[in-house]
Amino acid sequence: MAEIRGLSPFLESSEKRGTVPPGARIARGVGREPRSTSIAPAAEPLTPNPWFAAWSLCQREWVRFVRQRNRVFGAFGQPLIFWILFGAGLGPTGGVSYKEYFFPGTLVLILLFTAIFATISIIEDRREGFLQSVLVAPVPRWSMVLGKILGGTLIAVAQGALFVLLGYTLGFHWGPLALLGIVAWMVLVSIALTSLGFLLAWRMESTQGFHAIMSVLLMPMWLLSGAFFSGADSWIRYVIAANPLTYGVAGLRRLVYWGAGADSVQLAGLPEMWLCCLITAAFAAVAFLLAWKISSQRTTGDLL
Amino acid sequence: MLSETQSAAIETHGVCHRYGDRVALGGLDIAIHTGEIFVFLGPNGGGKTTLFRLLSTLIPLQEGEARILGFDLRRESRAIQRRIGVVFQAPSLDKKLSVAENLTHQGHLYGLSGRTLDVRQNEMLARLGLSDRRRERVETLSGGLRRRVELAKGMLHWPRLLLLDEPSTGLDPGARSDLWDYLEHIRREEGVTVVLTTHLLEEAEKADRIAILNEGQLVALDSPEALKATVGGDSITIQSSDPEALAAGIRERFGCPASVVGGATRLEQPGGHEWIARLVEAFPGRIESIMLGRPTLEDVFIDRTGHRFWREKEEVGVG
Repeated sequence: MAEIRGLSPFLESSEKRGTVPPGARIARGVGREPRSTSIAPAAEPLTPNPWFAAWSLCQREWVRFVRQRNRVFGAFGQPLIFWILFGAGLGPTGGVSYKEYFFPGTLVLILLFTAIFATISIIEDRREGFLQSVLVAPVPRWSMVLGKILGGTLIAVAQGALFVLLGYTLGFHWGPLALLGIVAWMVLVSIALTSLGFLLAWRMESTQGFHAIMSVLLMPMWLLSGAFFSGADSWIRYVIAANPLTYGVAGLRRLVYWGAGADSVQLAGLPEMWLCCLITAAFAAVAFLLAWKISSQRTTGDLL
Repeated sequence: MLSETQSAAIETHGVCHRYGDRVALGGLDIAIHTGEIFVFLGPNGGGKTTLFRLLSTLIPLQEGEARILGFDLRRESRAIQRRIGVVFQAPSLDKKLSVAENLTHQGHLYGLSGRTLDVRQNEMLARLGLSDRRRERVETLSGGLRRRVELAKGMLHWPRLLLLDEPSTGLDPGARSDLWDYLEHIRREEGVTVVLTTHLLEEAEKADRIAILNEGQLVALDSPEALKATVGGDSITIQSSDPEALAAGIRERFGCPASVVGGATRLEQPGGHEWIARLVEAFPGRIESIMLGRPTLEDVFIDRTGHRFWREKEEVGVG
């Protein structure tokens, strides 16, 4: 420590600022286990574990989310208001009250909004410079993509779970198994939506551009997923059947009515569960792979 | 000093880079020795930042060859990334996180974790005088403190080579001198090679060696003293109402080279003080002011490029 002290404020240690008398730390270090003074550099350069790096970036997403409270209102509040207002204003659909019919759709809307807000942060990361330091770190690109997408998924599922609790007010009585199924399904759908958001956000230089995408692509995708209406009697049902998100909503609807008979009125006309699983898993896998692929392309926005 | 081993920390051969049609770097050959403090000096747009991005692995190498710490930049960038520390000009900290949290994530990205990371983090915070700031959010810190966190971040994983892009930008003179103390410290104590870019002439003076970049070309490469010694003696700068005519008059009368740079007549001669008297007597009434200067890096720059470091737009034709 001696050679460090007195060099300059840049090199100062706590001794110099007077919080600890000079030499006190050294003396204390002798008496106790030497703690937190210095550590020898590794002989070989360190090799990071890409999974651990991804987990670290995922935690960062969560911490940032918790510290920006207004994001909670945007992603959770708006769907909740839709649910209450539409539930009050629209009549029974598919044999149940609209509030009940709209429940899985609202849940998916919460996941969609949260996933989108989470991936918009890639634009902020780029603009604020944080991304640059990740891009020159010795971790593969998929590690960065995974961190971002896991982070978005975690936030989305946490907010979705909050909304699921409201389901008990509708008279649902999910057991632990049904709840587990619903949460697992939310994870899968969130991975798909966050990856899609990443794919769209990666090349964007401003968040304004993302709002346009939101209005013309993501909202219609949600509207035409069977979340809002089944469209069974109209040509629109073909569009709905071609929308991968339809199977995310349908799978959730089936899980919400866990234990109801296969011929129950609530499940009439829905795609089979195996099909929902297959398509939603494929949606998530393809979106993730495309997000990974696009992230290895350079954009001018990498350079500040 | 560890710098006695003259193996190259960075070696480039014919490195070119283009943005569309614009040539940012035109065939660069440079060798930077292990353990030296090396500065790329040049005006904005000279190619420094492009070179920095190439060396830091941020953008791919288009043309030419480069080896960093013995590894091929094109094929072994992961090995390079593990061994270099990078401090960008633009801040790279997450402002919503605390100082310690920023370092923790950085550590995880570079393979540090657990107790090793704790100890190393504390060490870096103490060394940069940030120990009592560790829990503060970066958004609440001043520019000088943030730059220190950037340095701690860049040095966390014991890099052998530290790259810094315009590290003094936005720092007051005190913080700037602290920064240099720290850079000299890591070079001396840890043998770290330090490579930085700057557009500040006075900053470049502190380097072991300087490469001057102008319009994508290397125009000079040597120690500051050696470069200044190449300029022909003292510089004399004369302000007058007609600098061209005055320069012509000097050339005719004394038979020595005189040129117009930046709207002033300029000549370089040994024994400049004698020339002042001679010139004032020779051109009575025509000289508004006359200035004698020891050679500076700016004189080197003018000597090599024919124009001022900070030139006005209309002077472009002169170069």
